[in-house]
Amino acid sequence: MLTEEACRKIVDLATHHAGKAVDGIEVHLLGTDVETSRFANNEMTQHQANTIDKLAVRVLSEGRQIRLETDDLSTAGVCAVVDGAINAVKLMEKDQCLLPLPPTDNESEWHSYPDRYEQEVTRITAADRAAAISNMIGVAADNKLSAAGVYASGTNFEALGNSQGLFSYHRETHVECSVTMCGSDSTGWAKAQGPHEKQVNTLELAKRAAFKATSSASPEGVIPGRYTVILEHSAFLDLLAYLWWDFTGTSHLDKRSSLLDKLGEKVFGDNVTIEDDVYHQEQAGCPFDGEGLARKKVTIVENGILRNLVYGRRSASRMGVAPTGHGLPEPNALGDNPMNLVIVGNGATVADMVKSTEKGILLTRVWYVRQVDPARKIVTGMTRDGTFLVENGEISRGIKNLRFNVSLLDILKNVVTVGHARRTAGEEGVPQVVPAMKIADFNFTEVTRF
Amino acid sequence: MSRHDEPRARDKQPLDGFTPSEGFMDSLVLHALDAAQKAGADYADVRLIEEQYEYIQTKDLLVSGFNKGVSRGAGIRVLKEGGWGFCATQKLTKLEIEKAAKRAVELAAASASCMRSPISLADEPVYSAVWASPHLIDPFSISTEDKLDVLMSSARTILGVKGVTLAQGRLSFVREKKTFASTLGTKLQQTFVRSGCCIEAFATNEMERQRRSYPKHVGQFELAGWEMVQGWDLPGNAQRIAEEAVALLSAPQCPSGQSDLILGSSQLGLQIHESCGHPSELDRALGQEINFAGASFLTPDKLNDLKYGAPIVNLVADATAPGALGSFGFDDEGVAAQKVYLVKDGTFKGYLSSRDTAHLIGLGRSGGSMRAQSWSHAPIIRMTNISLVPGAAGTLDDLISDTDNGILMETNQSWSIDQMRYNFQFSTEIAWEIKNGKRGRMFKNPSYSGVTTEFWNSCDAICGADDYVEWGEPNCGKGQPCQTMWTGHGASPARFRGVQVGTAYS
Repeated sequence: MLTEEACRKIVDLATHHAGKAVDGIEVHLLGTDVETSRFANNEMTQHQANTIDKLAVRVLSEGRQIRLETDDLSTAGVCAVVDGAINAVKLMEKDQCLLPLPPTDNESEWHSYPDRYEQEVTRITAADRAAAISNMIGVAADNKLSAAGVYASGTNFEALGNSQGLFSYHRETHVECSVTMCGSDSTGWAKAQGPHEKQVNTLELAKRAAFKATSSASPEGVIPGRYTVILEHSAFLDLLAYLWWDFTGTSHLDKRSSLLDKLGEKVFGDNVTIEDDVYHQEQAGCPFDGEGLARKKVTIVENGILRNLVYGRRSASRMGVAPTGHGLPEPNALGDNPMNLVIVGNGATVADMVKSTEKGILLTRVWYVRQVDPARKIVTGMTRDGTFLVENGEISRGIKNLRFNVSLLDILKNVVTVGHARRTAGEEGVPQVVPAMKIADFNFTEVTRF
Repeated sequence: MSRHDEPRARDKQPLDGFTPSEGFMDSLVLHALDAAQKAGADYADVRLIEEQYEYIQTKDLLVSGFNKGVSRGAGIRVLKEGGWGFCATQKLTKLEIEKAAKRAVELAAASASCMRSPISLADEPVYSAVWASPHLIDPFSISTEDKLDVLMSSARTILGVKGVTLAQGRLSFVREKKTFASTLGTKLQQTFVRSGCCIEAFATNEMERQRRSYPKHVGQFELAGWEMVQGWDLPGNAQRIAEEAVALLSAPQCPSGQSDLILGSSQLGLQIHESCGHPSELDRALGQEINFAGASFLTPDKLNDLKYGAPIVNLVADATAPGALGSFGFDDEGVAAQKVYLVKDGTFKGYLSSRDTAHLIGLGRSGGSMRAQSWSHAPIIRMTNISLVPGAAGTLDDLISDTDNGILMETNQSWSIDQMRYNFQFSTEIAWEIKNGKRGRMFKNPSYSGVTTEFWNSCDAICGADDYVEWGEPNCGKGQPCQTMWTGHGASPARFRGVQVGTAYS
């Protein structure tokens, strides 16, 4: 794990070594020391530790750029990758849209950035993780279930500096646990992830997964069709992962977004407001983008109206707007991405949603969500690890898993109830702050065998 | 004199860390094993890997990505008291290797505190061997100008077709040198050269976003050199895919209902990957991956009994196939490459397995499927080349001639399958109606769905070796933390009767 001082030295070394041979040099460092403990069938299966630090340099010369990478951070390694970039950049085509490197970002909003480095997380040991896993296995045994999952802890860092004097460093602790409880014909799952130890209560996750598994036992099939669904937080988060890039400047420049020419128009229901806000107390992640610009808070959708897109410097320049600090490291075909979404909640609980539902389906988790039609934003996927029929305001029984084909554009037009928003982790995309949602007219197309 | 012509004095600076001579790497490997044993390991293996890579991306007539780099490090895996520990380091000095070995033993000890029964490993002969993947032209010897010329000439052709809104291209090259040694005495050196290429044409109108890719979605990847890029002739196929992308904008919607279905070989390759490859991974079948990647309906009680497919269906896991992306000399725990039948004459016959899972179902030897994405990842059971043995239905044209009514689908658009690998749905970029033995009008937005065993039992014709292609999938995800893997899938086009099509739009 490289400290801020160590990163600054590498940035200084690289920029000094490049000297005036190029018009600009950018140095990007990333690293992790997160250790991961895995378990299945009520025993540990893997225990992994790997400390990795990576360096990328981008050089600009006469309207050309190139990016080279290495994980050799020795003096010779840093100099070698800089030399390689200086030589190779001459071979690139001129890039008419290439911008000079940005200077220090004086409009930084970082004063409001919460501390996401916690000593308690760095002190979690392999033995601590094994003990927590033993306790989760104990929950499984108490419920005549089998437990599988992962418990990880450590620190990630990112640093970015350039020959214009810009330097930014961010480190953040990481703790994560997901657990699947398995019965003879049912499973239950729960997951949490964040920078703070208190955000991940392993025993509570185990109990929640066990409850899902036992209460969905002996599942019965239902006839596929259109149902009202209650999407728990993780299910809602993972369902929407394919929508986020459509909010970027680059997806509009490339004419690939499903929301082309819709800026300022009503695209979703009144009850949908989507922001990108790295400074939100429950968010995680780096406060600067791939070129070192401070991420700005952006209201993307307000009461269903598409208000803004997010931009890196390149897409902003081409579209004649100000960058929002959402650029990916240059050069990059995708261009930009919202990384810290907050879908504004409205206080309702999942229990409230169940109580108000005459007939519907409650989803714990969705799986293997893939885009079928980028224009209509149709995605398909499966339910898993806790799918329930809701009847007359109560969860009546577990049901066999279903395949869905739904338009994400329609989903956000058909929101019946918005739940309380909280930091949520899934497996199809990065964690975000999202609510549970009750959605009308959700299209299930097939049922599977379990 | 420009800076670039100066004598490279700075290249002669003393290294702070590692000088990658073979002798030094050998001594590090042996030092790692020694350190692990001194720290109390009952078994240890080490992989020391140097990977050189180059990824080029173009977007219209611009280079949108040009990443070159080197990754070098060691991964040390140990058993202590029946528990696994793994530690990786990029600091290739004897001191750091020793620290990593000790850390791996500490992690193994913590694992051992939470085991129901200790890990035991299936026997494997001790080897001392050198292996290299075949290639004709070293891709790192080709100039950047020549590489860009392939992508730029393709892009110019694509953009010259009226209605195209975006052209993209990608080239990928990786050289991996891997040294493996274990406390059993095995010592291996392997060199892999992997190459990949892809072009894409996009067309957009108010109602549609259509894409055509070549040679297949995300591109073709092979255990081969620059000759594979020449062989696939990207510029020569650019016009066709561009015209098809534009034509799809106004093509009729693929119908919904039951239909006889012919899958082109690249789409069939992905079908094999998802509905045969993954469910035959023994760690999944034993529940070890259920928290993320999922489990499998191919549980051990079905071995040698389940009618997985029609009698003409034969599926093999073949890590020895020359040039195929999932081939190697030895896997990442020192087991020699093998060819194993997963499905023989339609019956489920075998698994992808490892030394620590083989004995759990009574196998005497691992099937040789343990692979890791890099030096920093622990090996897990992965696909090698999972391939459908060619049949007797002739060429694709022969198969179309033999089909009265049906749909031909080609080039994957999306893929989704449940975590037990029963229910799947795929969509493809393009389809054609088949009427009275002839290929007819084009369909947009095609998709099909089904249940794995019903689908493979509906297979009634498989084309022959002339249309067989060893497709490569470079991005198979599995494990926690998730790691990707190079897998291969040989396939000829095949026909399936009475398949549900158009589900996504029904």
